[in-house]
Parts: sequence; structure tokens; C-alpha cells
Amino acid sequence: MFSIKNASFTFAAEDHQNHVLSDISFTIKQRSSCAVIGPSGCGKTTLLYLLAGLRQPNTGSVEIQGNPTVGTILQNYGLFPWKSVNQNIGLGLELQRKPAGLRKKITAELLKEMGLDGFGDHYPGQLSGGMQQRVAFARALAINPDILLMDEPLSSLDALTRERLQNLILSFRIIKGITLFLVTHSIEEAVFLGSQIIVLGEKPGRIKHVLQNPDCGDTAFRKSDSYFSQCRTLRNMLEESVNGTET
Amino acid sequence: MERKRNIIIAALVMVGIWELAAFLLNTMALPNPRAVVSHALQMVSDGSIIDDLLISCTRAVCGILLALLTAVPLGLFIGAEPQWRRRLSPYIYLLYPIPHVVLLPLIIILFGIGNFSKIFLIALIIFFQIIVTTRDAAKSVHQNYYYAMQTLGATRLQIYRHVIFPSALPKIMTAMRISIGTAVAILFFAESFATTRGLGYIIMDSWGRADYIALYSGIFFMALLGFFLYLLLDIAERRICRWTVVH
Repeated sequence: MFSIKNASFTFAAEDHQNHVLSDISFTIKQRSSCAVIGPSGCGKTTLLYLLAGLRQPNTGSVEIQGNPTVGTILQNYGLFPWKSVNQNIGLGLELQRKPAGLRKKITAELLKEMGLDGFGDHYPGQLSGGMQQRVAFARALAINPDILLMDEPLSSLDALTRERLQNLILSFRIIKGITLFLVTHSIEEAVFLGSQIIVLGEKPGRIKHVLQNPDCGDTAFRKSDSYFSQCRTLRNMLEESVNGTET
Repeated sequence: MERKRNIIIAALVMVGIWELAAFLLNTMALPNPRAVVSHALQMVSDGSIIDDLLISCTRAVCGILLALLTAVPLGLFIGAEPQWRRRLSPYIYLLYPIPHVVLLPLIIILFGIGNFSKIFLIALIIFFQIIVTTRDAAKSVHQNYYYAMQTLGATRLQIYRHVIFPSALPKIMTAMRISIGTAVAILFFAESFATTRGLGYIIMDSWGRADYIALYSGIFFMALLGFFLYLLLDIAERRICRWTVVH
């Protein structure tokens, strides 16, 4: 459904060229999910910016077939502290000048779906990290996206909240049919959520491995043998990709 | 509630100090607060002060509003548009440290001795206080917020409305607090000559006649005016910037 071809990204720092990404190519099929993992500073976030159209690659291209709606969840949620939960969720619709009645209806539905009933008039600063994350999900879902791009959505949450929200993210794909692209630094998260896992090496970020992970797509997968063996495989790939730079 | 109680206690302590000082100094130049307040109340009940109070209040409020309506949009624009910031900031840098109050003769030559000159002088001086703060606040908006808006497909104008302006608001409010003190001080200066109406005139006129009770009554009303504006701002801030106070 969308693909990135031979993309590289460089930005000019004060006195040198900073090569962030080099020769990145992969394709994400409709309704599949792709997880990107790699060491800090390998350009994962930049890769997401390229897909979201927030940055343009210096060479290569990002190609999106059809005219899908893209929802994006940035690191640290990107919620607006001066807007209430309702206003945050409804913002995308407001910007599209959708009528207030429709906005209210969709916002109320999403509040319920995300388990945020009764928190519509709260401000993000009054909510726990897990709840803020669910508001960010709701805001991205409000515009009814075909593709959801997520940048380390669960990184600051405790283990249990994290698993619950991973199940929620999984349901976006399985139930709503949304194509997922996810940046993460957690091996377990990548294996649980990514039907295709891309391992990026250190600066400049280039693709070191691509791991196909066809068994993902079910919450029971988390307890299966194939999940643990995939985690082990991914761990080896990741260690190999940073080998020699960290030790 | 506790805050209100503490404000009342502070007010009583200050009146107590005034009373004590008046008793100890025993001079005509510092009448005791009871005499001043009873004279002030009489000026209210016989209506003699109402005209001057209203005209001073109008001049101060118009000056503040004029500054606000020009400095806030311009400050947001200069802060949020890097190219314009580089071009226009030198003007602020050069003009800000000039004591604008010395421009009064020029203002009178241009606009005459009517109300507009006084309003213009107040506006001119607090314009700079507000524009500098607003510009810096707009400049410091986190990149993530821009990205979040872009991913939702926002136009530049929508980014101003939903991100740049609301995120700068708490700092604009702080600038306003400082400006109110300045506005009342400039009001006194502007009303101290070439006028026969307003609290500044009352103070200067009473001083000339060595009527210290009337002089202090004028000061009392001027202080009351500043306090009233401060109170108004406080209420406005609680309503407009609710997200900064709820936690």
C-alpha cells in the first residue's frame, strides 16, 4: 500500500553533514503492520517523519498508493495541554471543518471506546500517562485513518498498561483494518505488533535485517513458543546490528 | 478561600503600618488612613470623584487594549516566523530600551492634548513590554506541536489559532500583569498636566493646594484603579488559562 524507495536523509549541521538515513527501501502492504527497531539515534523517528510527510527525503521517494487518510501519533503523544480531552480528540475534525454535531458524536464514541468516559472535560495534564496515550489514539482515530504511524507510543508506560495498550493497537489492525507503522525500542513490542520487523543499524541508519513475523495478529501470540523464538531471533539481529559500536 | 483571607490580612497590616506611621511622624504630609478613607468615601457619595475616576479608568483601559490588540498579533507573528523575526527583531532591540515617556511632547504635537495622546502614550509604552514577551513565547513553541498540527492537515492560520496563540497566552497574561502597573504610572504622568480631569489631575491639583487629605484620596483612588484592573485580569486569566491552574 505504501513504499519507500532508496530514501536517504541528510541535514546540514553547523559544520558538517549529518547523515541520518541511508538507502532505505521497504513496502508495507495494506492491513499489515510494520515495526521498526534499532538503537537510539539510528533515525527511527526521522523515518517516521518521512512517511508522515513532515520531512522530505534528499534522495529516493515515499510512494503512497490510493489516497489514504494517515493518522500520526508522535513521541510524547503530541497532545495540546491547553485543550481539553474532548477538544484534543475533535481537533482533526475541527480542522477539516466538520460540523460540530458530528464532531461531538465521534468524540463521545471514541471516549467510550478508549475507556475515557467522564474525562472529556479534563486537561491532558490531569491524566496518567496511559490515559494520555489513549487520548492520542482517540485523536488519531477520529479522522478515520487507513494508516496509523506511531513513534514509540508506549515507551513511558508501566508494563501492565503497556500490554493492555499493545492489545488495543493490535485491535486497530485486526478489527478496524488499519495499516500500522510503529517505531519502538522494545523487542517484545516489535514482535507482538509487527507482521514485518525492520532492524535499523546505527548512524547513518540503514536497514540491517527484515524479519517476517506472520504469526502476529492475536493476543494469544504473546504466550506462544513462536513468539519467544521470534523475540530471540530479533534480539540476535539487533545485537549483531550494533556489534562493534557499543562494545 | 485561604488566599482571600491572606489578602485581607495583608491589607489590614498595611493600613495598620500607615496608621502607626501617621501617628509617629505626626505631619500634615501623612494624614491618617481614617481621615483619607472617610474623605474618599465622601467624594464617592457626593459624586465629585466619579467623573475623574471614570475618565482615568477609560484612558487606562483603552491604552492597555490598544497595546494588546497591536502587540499580541505582531509579537506572535515575529516569534513564529523565523525569517520575519530575523528582519524585525533588530527594530525591537533598538527601540525597546528607549524611555518612550520622553516622546510625550512629540505625541502632543502630533495628536494634541486630548484623550488620545494620553491613551497613545500608555499604549506605546506597554506595547513594547507585551511584544517582547509575546514574541519570545511564540518563538519557544515546541516543534512537536507544529508537527502534530501538520499531521492533522492544519493550515498556518489554524496553527496560529490552535497552537501558537494559546501556548503563548500564559506568558501574555504575565506581561499584562506587569503592564497594568506601568499603565497606571504612565496614566498619572499623562494626567499631571495639560488636563483638568482625571485622578492624576486631582493629585497634582491637591498637592498644589497643599490639601493633603484630597491628595491622598487621589492616590487612594489611583491605587484602587490599579487594583481593580489587576483583579479583572486575575479573573480573566483563571477563565482563559484554566489548563494552567487545574491539577
